[in-house]
Amino acid sequence: MSAKVETLSAEELLKTKKRSQSADVWKRLKRSKTAVLGIVLIAMFLGMALFAPVIADYEGEALKLNVKERLEGPSANHIFGTDEFGRDIFARVVYGTRISLFVGIISVSIALSIGGFLGAIAGYYGGKIDNAIMRVLDVILAVPTILLAITIVASLGASMMNLMIAVGISNIPGFARIVRASVLSVKDQEFIEAAKAIGAKDHIIIMKHVLPNSMAPIIVYATLKVATAIMATASLSFIGLGVQPPTPEWGSMLAGGRAYIRDQMYIVMYPGLAIVLTVLSLNLIGDGLRDALDPKLK
Amino acid sequence: MSKYILRRLMLMIPVLIGVTFLVYFIISLTPGDPAAMILGNGATEEAVVQLREDMGLNDPVIVQYGNYMKDLFTGDMGTSYSTGKAVSGEIGQRFPNTFKLTVSAIILSVLISIPIGVVSATRQYSLFDNVGMIVALVGISMPSFWVGLILIIAFSLNLGWFPSGGMDGIMSLILPAFTLAIASTASITRTTRSSMLEVIRQDYIDTAKAKGVSANVVIRKHALKNALIPAITVIGLEFGVLLGGAVLTETVFSWPGIGRLMVESIQRKDTPMVLGCIIVFAVAFSLVNLLIDILYSFIDPRIKANYK
Repeated sequence: MSAKVETLSAEELLKTKKRSQSADVWKRLKRSKTAVLGIVLIAMFLGMALFAPVIADYEGEALKLNVKERLEGPSANHIFGTDEFGRDIFARVVYGTRISLFVGIISVSIALSIGGFLGAIAGYYGGKIDNAIMRVLDVILAVPTILLAITIVASLGASMMNLMIAVGISNIPGFARIVRASVLSVKDQEFIEAAKAIGAKDHIIIMKHVLPNSMAPIIVYATLKVATAIMATASLSFIGLGVQPPTPEWGSMLAGGRAYIRDQMYIVMYPGLAIVLTVLSLNLIGDGLRDALDPKLK
Repeated sequence: MSKYILRRLMLMIPVLIGVTFLVYFIISLTPGDPAAMILGNGATEEAVVQLREDMGLNDPVIVQYGNYMKDLFTGDMGTSYSTGKAVSGEIGQRFPNTFKLTVSAIILSVLISIPIGVVSATRQYSLFDNVGMIVALVGISMPSFWVGLILIIAFSLNLGWFPSGGMDGIMSLILPAFTLAIASTASITRTTRSSMLEVIRQDYIDTAKAKGVSANVVIRKHALKNALIPAITVIGLEFGVLLGGAVLTETVFSWPGIGRLMVESIQRKDTPMVLGCIIVFAVAFSLVNLLIDILYSFIDPRIKANYK
């Protein structure tokens, strides 16, 4: 009877400790003005992505060709103006948010799951397995990320799906390295030894004990990588290797507007600003998180 | 020292073989029949089959790769599907232009970023530092092709100071080099600042100050030299980003380098040309990283000592 009470309270103790840890990080994150700015900005873009249908009409404004109103400057009717096909640039920027965030998050998820898996195995088992995995990844790392992504899309064909695969694959080595390093930093600690001693299986130890305790750098890295993935998406679409027109994607909007910059510079202004602000907000949050999670800066 | 360089060169060989194989394999996944493409629509079935056999397209990928590598060692990168000319010739012609662009960009970034990073660190949390770091973060967040377009609008179309594209003398180099330099300038600045901040808190800096060494000398000789190592690592990594950025910058400024050649070749489905470009990029990146590693040993005597 008394033993039962004791375990309960220990569990409770663990819970409160966990909660206070993330609350602690949140408190420190909120102290950074730049991180808060990043959070506000990204919340705005997430809101735009979620409520895009409320803000603008996809078929009617973002896609429908309207030759009569082509290349109109910003006005009350079209606050960002219209593009070379008479489509409303504001509506296209709003719907572009969906594409950019979606592609960014999915490609990072691909990289995180495959790279994380490889990195965790390499770090946990060490030795020959580690060596084999890391040497193969070194080869992938020897090709600059964006060039590898371009190569993959060039061979698979340009589409949104292939773009996500390409950006995802080219980011695998980075995630593998960071997860491996995190695993190495915790795997020799006593609680892992304790888990081994009570006979826990390897995959349980990795999933339940190693990874949760090495999450901090991985979260920071993933946040920053969503930013670069969004940038890569826009870059590839700009050179015609990403999301294909007429889908409203920021990079391909810039490619389309390029021919008209002499007289209609607003065409390239707003999609570009959207990219800068999204990427900036994620970078601000990433930086803020890194400081908030760093025990040295407590 | 030479032992160290030799060792590093030897280590590069397997990586380069791996890289070329990886790239060759990815490119070989491209759908479509090159033989049919070269011969065009009017070709007979027999001619296509014959050409496939002649080109070795029926061999397994690994055999094709072996043949490609054998030719590569003699400087032969195959013939372009679209122009019928040697790939190596075209790349040889374009490579110096990309080299000029990327080297100008990296020099520009180093010249701007290191002083700003040092001053930011020595005056941490000052107005200069705060503004500098915000500008750097915005710099990292701007896509190079967009910056290029904005610079063209401002300095070429409106002010008429520089040409908006092409390669014609030093004036045409300025906008693309600056465009390409922005992102790397920003990240080298950030790294220099943070590594300087770490170094100036070390005991030997206090010792130097206590000895009465002037603040200037302490920063230059004691702090900067030690802070440079992480900065140089980032310069090496940034070179990879720069090569990727060259693809976009060359496209925006119609710069006749291999980045633009690669994009055009992808659009023309000119596989040997794409393959050639990407291999040149990867080899250049590996060589730069080797160079950086060798540079370390000059800057940091501890590394050299390991290989005496």
